[in-house]
Amino acid sequence: MKSADFFQEQIRWRPIEIAFWIATLLPFVVAPAYLQLASQIAITALFALSLDLILGYAGIVSLGHAAYFGVGAYTAGLLAKHAWGEPLSGLVVAGALAGMVGYLTSHIIVRFRHLALIMLTLGLGLLLHEAANSASALTGGADGLQGVRIRPLFEVFKFDLYGRTAYAYSLVVLFACFLVSRRIIHSPFGLALRGIRENALRMPAIGAPSRAHLRKVYTIAALIAGVAGALLAQTTETVSLEVLSFGRSADVLVILILGGAGRLYGGLLGAIIYMVARDQFSGINPQYWYFWIGLLLVTVVMLLPNGILGGLAKFFPRKT
Amino acid sequence: MVAQDIDLHLPQGVRYALIGPNGAGKTTLINLITGMLRPDAGRIALGEEDITSLKPDARVKRGLARTFQINTLFPHLTALEAVTLAVLEREGHSKTWWRPLPAYRGAIDEAHCILRPLNLEKAAYRLTRELAYGQQRLLEIALALATRPRVLLLDEPAAGVPKDESAELFEAISGLAQDLTVLFIEHDMNVVFRFASRIIVMVGGRILVQGSPQEIAANARVREVYLGKGRHG
Repeated sequence: MKSADFFQEQIRWRPIEIAFWIATLLPFVVAPAYLQLASQIAITALFALSLDLILGYAGIVSLGHAAYFGVGAYTAGLLAKHAWGEPLSGLVVAGALAGMVGYLTSHIIVRFRHLALIMLTLGLGLLLHEAANSASALTGGADGLQGVRIRPLFEVFKFDLYGRTAYAYSLVVLFACFLVSRRIIHSPFGLALRGIRENALRMPAIGAPSRAHLRKVYTIAALIAGVAGALLAQTTETVSLEVLSFGRSADVLVILILGGAGRLYGGLLGAIIYMVARDQFSGINPQYWYFWIGLLLVTVVMLLPNGILGGLAKFFPRKT
Repeated sequence: MVAQDIDLHLPQGVRYALIGPNGAGKTTLINLITGMLRPDAGRIALGEEDITSLKPDARVKRGLARTFQINTLFPHLTALEAVTLAVLEREGHSKTWWRPLPAYRGAIDEAHCILRPLNLEKAAYRLTRELAYGQQRLLEIALALATRPRVLLLDEPAAGVPKDESAELFEAISGLAQDLTVLFIEHDMNVVFRFASRIIVMVGGRILVQGSPQEIAANARVREVYLGKGRHG
């Protein structure tokens, strides 16, 4: 095999990928009553995708990723409440601001690894959560941000109760961000990130400025997380403190680990399983539903170290 | 581990062996030269340029590469990916995130050309962690070569490799470009005397003596403290 063909094979769209994206359209047809849920899944999937870029590809473990999701959500919500309600421009502003916060914090983040890194991200997350809580005049505090009004998409498609527009909007944004992420991981920059994940010590010895690479991917991931947060604020027309909570940071980590980190689709699959399971279980006994997630997490981590997708991949080996 | 009073000059193209008992400070010296450790005093120059204050990656960019005594590789990258990564870093392409990897045919072909003389061509498409140990040692060298060094520091390149294979590995090292300066740490004296044109002996963090293999073999102090011929242990 020619060496360039090897890299070509890595970036080829596989039939199962195309099938997956076509299947994301199914809810419009087979489950029109669940489009709001589908929209929430798409948003969670986008959030998990952003975590995958830093955790799965660059090896940055974060327990505070909700910070950027929350910045995006509050930016989009406040913008719609006090300035204008056009959704696409709101999405751009929210993503940009979250990316900026990501860039600023990245200077601290990339200096640390392992336990210190987890504690740092956790601390930053808690800090922002309480800051939003105490700034209740601006954020609405524990009552949440009320009075968010979003204009129809392109001034045509209203965000209705059924979630048709919400799901279509979230799905298109998810797909666009996915394409960008896919492009990134198959680029020289993406290969460098995998190098950092695989051996951070070796990277300087081959002349790589690891910290600059890490700051860049952290900023990109924060931006995408912010876009996900903005989507939630816009499609639900409210922002609660929960967007910045530790619970949200932990959930997205669980989702990514369940699905399989470092595979782009792991977060998407994890989000589907997690959100559908939560929807089903919380219908039965809402207060105990984390029991089942805990059981699922323990089982998956013990039996499938690379997540559900990693387990499935054994049955569909990529030709090399 | 410490190293002090080191005064070392490595002219271009010379094959140096750095020898000395365990704890003599050989790896420490490599860490100091490559910037992985900061010296408390003194200066390090590469050619005309003072590199004492440069970070390790900046020193690599100027032509100073090293390998590690314990495999320091990328377990889940294929050999070809790993070497291509190093080539792309050298060429300054690693910041590019919008062009797909297959577009960098030149870098990929170059990675192949680095793997071939090291007999790693067949291993190119396999994950590093699946390679035989001896192949991983060769990949250590391939990664360093991909940075196009002027000076190459090899920290026990044959560590853990069976004796019959280590000669093969040093054949590959001696086949490297003639204008490349190579310094290697090695414990097997047969290999040292066969492949080094100059030998540096370190003891207790200091350079005891340096010279040609003949001079070192004849040196009474070396025989005494290092080659184990003395009785003053």
